[in-house]
Formats: sequence, structure tokens, C-alpha cells
Amino acid sequence: MGPYIIRRLLWMIVLLLIISMITFVIFYVLPSADPAILRAGRNPSPELVASIKKTLGLDQPFYVQYWKYLERLVFHFDFGTSYQNNISVKAQIFDRLPATIGLAVGAMFVWLLIGIPIGILSAIRRGTLADRAAMGTALLFISAPVYWLGLVALYLFSKDIGIFPIFEGQGSYPTTGNLFTNPTEVAPSLFLPWLVLAASFAAIYARFMRGNLLEVMSEDYIRTARAKGLRERTVIMKHGVRSAITPIVTILGLDLGILLGGAILTESVFNIPGIGRLAYESIQKSDLPIVQGTVLMGAFFIIFLNLVVDVVYAFLDPRVRY
Amino acid sequence: MAPLLEVRDLKVSFATDDGAVKAVDGISYTVEKGQALGIVGESGSGKSVSSMTVMGLTRFSGNATITGEILFEGKDLLGATDDELRLLRGNEISMIFQDPLSSLHPFYRVGKQIVENVRAHQSVSRAAARDRAVEMLRLVGIPEPERRFDAYPHEFSGGMRQRAMIAMALANDPKLLIADEPTTALDVTVQAQILELLAHLQQELDTAIVLITHDLGVVAEVTDEIAVMYAGRIVERAEKLPIFAAPEHPYTWGLLRSIPRLDLPRNEELVPIPGRPPSLINPPSGCSFHPRCPYARVECATTDPRLKPVDGDAGHTTACVLPSAVRQELWGQLANGVLPAQALETVTIPGAAR
Repeated sequence: MGPYIIRRLLWMIVLLLIISMITFVIFYVLPSADPAILRAGRNPSPELVASIKKTLGLDQPFYVQYWKYLERLVFHFDFGTSYQNNISVKAQIFDRLPATIGLAVGAMFVWLLIGIPIGILSAIRRGTLADRAAMGTALLFISAPVYWLGLVALYLFSKDIGIFPIFEGQGSYPTTGNLFTNPTEVAPSLFLPWLVLAASFAAIYARFMRGNLLEVMSEDYIRTARAKGLRERTVIMKHGVRSAITPIVTILGLDLGILLGGAILTESVFNIPGIGRLAYESIQKSDLPIVQGTVLMGAFFIIFLNLVVDVVYAFLDPRVRY
Repeated sequence: MAPLLEVRDLKVSFATDDGAVKAVDGISYTVEKGQALGIVGESGSGKSVSSMTVMGLTRFSGNATITGEILFEGKDLLGATDDELRLLRGNEISMIFQDPLSSLHPFYRVGKQIVENVRAHQSVSRAAARDRAVEMLRLVGIPEPERRFDAYPHEFSGGMRQRAMIAMALANDPKLLIADEPTTALDVTVQAQILELLAHLQQELDTAIVLITHDLGVVAEVTDEIAVMYAGRIVERAEKLPIFAAPEHPYTWGLLRSIPRLDLPRNEELVPIPGRPPSLINPPSGCSFHPRCPYARVECATTDPRLKPVDGDAGHTTACVLPSAVRQELWGQLANGVLPAQALETVTIPGAAR
């Protein structure tokens, strides 16, 4: 397993290099705006724009810029500084990361705790009214866009009914700390975002779990378990669910990886200053170093969690060996 | 004393969108303590369904209608509660299946799966259950059972897996073992070993066996009595010897003529049974074998034959409308390698349809 992990980690570096290169090229071929002009303010003189370009290194050919970027990144783990405010990209990302992790990991627990049991119950009671109702509702939540669901939830539960507190507006989140430094204050405000973000995932996982379990329950080894005279509960949980839940680990790693790269919509609707918002704002401002930083970090989470999934799989399924 | 297992007029049908599938259509048989019965038939003849019903496993399908009687040591199993049946399964009656790889759980160690069976029915410590599992693995001929206890099913060969299944099935000293095509998924050499093991264990542990197979060679190895099933019915039943030496049903003839024999010339052609197994939703009228039977006559399409003793052997029953004398004459020809068409030219069947 050791050599396998090392090989995968090396591949991860190659992949991240390729991704950074693609991001760079896209940015140069299709820039959203000229960062120097944006930085120069209103009605800038051409001299000012030129001098800004020189300071930021934008006057050099893009392969030189890319090379310098790589040099800093590889030798100093330095993601550069923002084109717009000179703040270190690394600092900004690490500043935003806890909010995104808190949102994504919290939502993950919510969707697992809701989706998996519903999927199991639906499979056991296949074809009953409860099953149909659960799967119908699931379809509804899969189809509902997260920004719409978020706005509806905000309208219903925080404005009208006032059960959940929300972050008041721009800049209100950081003053209360984050989920990890100030859980008692932040967690209640995260309930709604968790539920909204988890809704479609819970629905997808419930349907997936149901389908898996139904398939597993027709396997020969389930018949054997019953032929042994085990209680039906044991047959379902120990023999059925144990098999049916394994593929869930695969999609879970992928989903969590994607969310850790930034849940842009949920972060926007609920005013959470996470990675997704940072990436979105930096694209608007044509702030390449931050775009690069957030893209690389998102890619890292996806690739790394995929590796984790593959390693975990070897423990879950004894037939898998590397 | 009541027989160990008595099945009376068992009917099992499954509701489907196309109509009721009459998988088992009124079969009766008995198995005495320590006896081995072979149930032979092609796919879809109802042989597996009937045994799964004895185990109560068809209850899980949710769409089965079961009538008749199944008595195990005099106790009615069809009327038993789910829990009563569960306590019987894997304990008094156990079962092994066709494909030992898919029948063992891929994620659990082989030994643990046997321990699970022991502890489902006996309140013993883990250590005692483990000892029992190792003992069983040794009994079925798995080398180094202490080490093999911790192996996963995929680390075993096909024959070893079936041995492990047998060890699991016998762990609680059942009175009846139902073996459903136990050798079908195995190599021929391994088949022989498994059959030998079953025959040996049956003698040693005095376990009754119901052996279900499509292969007459397999039942010849192990069983004392044979029931031939076709389209959900038993069409012939006798001691082992008469089934091979003096079979009375045209379907049994077909089965026997479709397997190679050492006592016939080497260039002798095998004769397959023409046609396909009948639909169990709309079975043919009269005798359900008549559309495929070379000797069918008009009466076969209208009369539904019941099992009747044959001339000269009260323990040998068959369900065929042909007169016993005609059947014996026909088999006399077929047994010597004569093809059905040629046999028909020399034997006159009263009222023949073709």
C-alpha cells in the first residue's frame, strides 16, 4: 500500500501542475478584465496603468510570469499576493478556509444522518406509501436549486418565524469568529446553511442508498444469512447495509472535495465568507493570484480526498488490494 | 414415528405482472431420518423453490402464495411464525447453495461467518464458537483450519468455498441438509470430492440430505431415492436403481439419453430433449410434458396424469398415461441405444397422435 500511496501523491503533484497551467492559460486567453486598469481606479493615465503592469509583472510574457509563479510556489510555498490589495493569497485562503470547512463538513453530517437512514428504511419498506413519499420528496429536493431553497429557507425560518439567527450582512461573520474558534455562537447561524446545502445531497444519498440496498438484498449471501437463521435485523444491517454503504464512501469523498473547494451558492445566499465567495469575487476583479490559489486548493481537496477514498476502500472491502 | 420431513401437496406460485407463476404445482414427498433424497429436474422445474419453501425462504419474496403442508418432525412449518422458522433455519434444517463465492459474504472472514451461524442458535462464548468453527473446517477437509479461519472467501478456491459452506451448514448438527445444486459451479474433479464429502458426512453425522440437481450423475453418487421433477410436478419417483435401470417416464428417459454412457458404443449420439421447458404461467393442457414427448398421443393433451405405482414395483411411481407395458417396451429399446423415432416404428402405442 505504501508505494501505491507515494505513486498517487506524485501523480497529484503532476495533476496540480497541469491544472495551474490551464488556469493560467485560460486567464490570459480570456481575461475577465485588465487587472491593472481595475487597480488604477477611475480615469487612469496610461502611464499609471503601465507602471502598475510593471509592478505586478504583467508586462512580461505569460510563460515568464508562469515560471516565476511556479518558482515561488514550489520553493517557498508562496501563492503570491493579490493584484488588487497586495494581501498574501495564502493568508486570504487560510482566513476563509475555516468558514468553508465548517459549512461543508457540518452539512455532510446532516446529509449522512438524514439520507442514509431514509434510504435504508425506503429499501426495507419498498413500494409502501412511506417509501413513495420519501422518494418523491427526495426528487423534489434534488430538483430544487440551492439558491432558491436558501432564499425560501431564509424567508420562512429567519425573517418570518425567526427561529434561526443569520449573519446580518457583509463582514458580520468574521467578528463572531468561526465554527472552530467560537462554536456556540456560530453553530446556530449555520443550521440553516447546513440544512439547505445538505438537502439535495441527503436526497441523492437516500436514493442511492435505497438502490444499493435493494440490489444487495437480492444477493446470494443475503439468502445465506437468512438460511443461517439470523434475525432479519441482523441480515439487513450486518450483511445488507455493510455492503450497500461501501459505494457511498466513493461519492462522499468526491462530494466533500468539491464542497471544500467552495460552496459558492450557499456561501453567497447566507453571506458566509468562505472560499467559494473568495473565488467568485477574485474572478470578477480579474485577480489572477487568488483565482489560481482557490482553484489549486479546490483541486487539491478533490484529488486528495479521492486518494483517501481509495485507501479507505481497501479497509472496507477485503477484496481490494494495492 | 413421523418421518423427518413430509411435504404434502405443496403448491407455490408467485404473483407477477404477467400472471401467477406456478413454480411448484402440488408435490408430495417424505424424507426419513438419515436418508438421502435426490430431486432432479431442469431449470425452472420448481426443485429449488420447493426446498426454499421448506426453509421458509420464499416468504421473503413477498409475492409467493403457498398452500399444502410441510411437516418437519410432525410440526407444521407453513403455519409456523417467522421466528419459529428462523430458529429452525441453520439449526435443524440448513442449506447450501450453488455458487459458494456469491453465497458467502465477501467482506467477512470465513471463520467469522461460521461463528455467526453457531452463535445464532447456541448461547456459547466467542471462543467456544471459534473452536467449533475450526473443528468444522477440519471435518470438511480444509487444511490448516486455524489459519484458514481468518481467510476471506475470495482467498479460497471454489471447492474450498463449498467445503466452508458445508462446514457452516453442519455447524449446528442439523437433522436435514438441503443441498441446492452444490456442485454445479465447480470443476468436475472438485465435484467428485464434494459429493464424496457429502456422502461421507451423511454416514458419519446421520444427517438427512435433500440433494437438488439437474445432473443425474450427481444424485447417483449420494442419494438412496430419486424424484424427477418437471414443470412444478414430480413425474417419477423411485429408489435409485430403478430410476437408472427401469425408468418409466418419457422425461426421465430423455434425461438419461442426453448424458453420455460408458456401456454404449463410443460413437453413439446423445439425444437431447426437443423443445423448451413449458411456461409456468400458462402450462400446457393435460400432461405438461406432452408437447415435448415423442410418444404423446391424443389423450396426453387432455388427461392430467397423477403419480401411480408402476407394474411390479409399489415403491416406484410415475405420472404417465401410457400403459406400463408399452413404457417398458419403449425403454427396452431406448436403453439399447435405439433412437426415439426408430423405437416408435417398432412399438405400437394405442391412440398415438403422430
